[in-house]
Amino acid sequence: MDVNDILKPENRVYKKPTLLNDNHMHYCPGCSHGVVHKLIAEILEEMHAEEIAIGIAPVGCAVFAYNYIDVDWIEAPHGRAPALATAAKRLQPDKLVFTYQGDGDMAAIGTAESLHAANRGENIAMIFINNAIYGMTGGQMAPTTLLGMKTSTTPYGRRVDLNGYPLAITNLMAQLDGTCYVTRQSVHTPAAVRKAKAAIRKAFENSLQGKGTSVVEIVSTCNSGWKMTPEQANKWMEENMFAKYPIGDLKNE
Amino acid sequence: MAKIRGAVTVNTDRCKGCNLCVVACPTKVLLLQPKEVNNRGYHFAYMAEPEKCIGCASCALVCPDACIEVYKVKIEE
Ligand SMILES: Cc1ncc(C[n+]2csc(CCOP(=O)(O)OP(=O)(O)O)c2C)c(N)n1
Ligand code: SF4
Ligand code: SF4
Ligand code: SF4
Ligand SMILES: [Mg+2]
Repeated sequence: MDVNDILKPENRVYKKPTLLNDNHMHYCPGCSHGVVHKLIAEILEEMHAEEIAIGIAPVGCAVFAYNYIDVDWIEAPHGRAPALATAAKRLQPDKLVFTYQGDGDMAAIGTAESLHAANRGENIAMIFINNAIYGMTGGQMAPTTLLGMKTSTTPYGRRVDLNGYPLAITNLMAQLDGTCYVTRQSVHTPAAVRKAKAAIRKAFENSLQGKGTSVVEIVSTCNSGWKMTPEQANKWMEENMFAKYPIGDLKNE
Repeated sequence: MAKIRGAVTVNTDRCKGCNLCVVACPTKVLLLQPKEVNNRGYHFAYMAEPEKCIGCASCALVCPDACIEVYKVKIEE
C-alpha cells in the first residue's frame, strides 16, 4: 500500500487540536511547555469547554500562553496567577478556571498566593511546570533547583550551606485541607503524555464541579537552561529530577 | 491476519527539529532532514522509512509543537 493511500482524511487518528492556533510558539525546540500547551488545548476541546475556560498566564517562559491556546486568558504579574484565578472563579463560578505557572512563579515569588489559594480551597486547577530553573530570565537557580545542579547563579552547583534545600512545593499543597487532587506527572514519553493528559482533565473537571483546588505538577525540562539537547534533558530529568520529584498522585479525593 | 499500516505528515514550517519524535518512534521511521532546513533554519523531521510506520502516534504525542498528524489503516490479508 502506498503512503498516499494511507494519508486520507478518513484514516486520520491524530491531529493538532484546533484550539492550539497556528501562531508559531516561541519556546525553544523540545521544550516541555509546548507539550503541555497541546494537552490543554486537546482537553478543553474534548470537554467542549472553549467558551467557559479562563486561563491565567504567568510571567516566565509561558508569558505568551494566551497567544497560542484560543480561549479567554488573563495575564498575571509574576506569581500572582492564583490571586487572579480566585477572583475570576468567584465572580463567575460556572467557568473552568486554571492557572499555568512555572516553578519560579509558583515556588518563589508566588509562594504566598499559591499556598493560600490552595489552602482556601479555591475551585481552580493549577498547572505547575517545574523545570527546576528560571527559564525565561536566563537559567538562574530557583527554589526547586536540585542540589549540585549547575545554573547561571550556581555555576559550581547548588549548595545547601549557601542556597538551602530544593522545595517540593507540591508536597506542601497535598497537606492542605483545601486541595482535592494533587499529582505529579511528566510529558517526556508517549505513555507519560497520556497520563498527564488524564490528570489535567481531572483537574479541569474538579474546577467545574467545585471540589476544591487541584494541582498538577508537570516535572519538565528546560533544555536551554540546562544546556543539553532535548533528548539529553529528558534523560537527565529521569535520572535526577524524579528522585526529588517522584511521579504519581499525592492526593486524590 | 489483519496488518496495521500507518503514515504521518510533518508540518515542516512548525517543526523545530528537536528530534524528540525521532527518539519516540518505536519502529525508527523518522529522521531529521540532514541538509534541508525550513524557513526558520531548522532541520525538520520526515518519514525516512515510511513502510515501517504502524500509526501508533508516539511521535505526535511527544511533539512539543504539534507538527505531526497520524494516519492508520487496517489491511485485511
Ligand atoms: C515582579 C517580577 N519579579 C521578577 C521578574 C523577572 N522574572 C521573569 S520570569 C522569572 C522566572 C521565571 O521562572 P519560572 O516561573 O520557573 O518559569 P520558566 O521560565 O522556567 O518557565 C523572573 C524571576 C518579573 N518579571 N517580575
Ligand atoms: S528557556 Fe527553557 S523553559 Fe524557556 S522555552 Fe527555552 S527550554 Fe523552554
Ligand atoms: S506513528 Fe508510530 S510508527 Fe509511525 S512514525 Fe509515529 S511513532 Fe513511528
Ligand atoms: S517532535 Fe515535532 S518539532 Fe520536534 S522534530 Fe519532531 S516534528 Fe519537529
Ligand atoms: Mg522554571
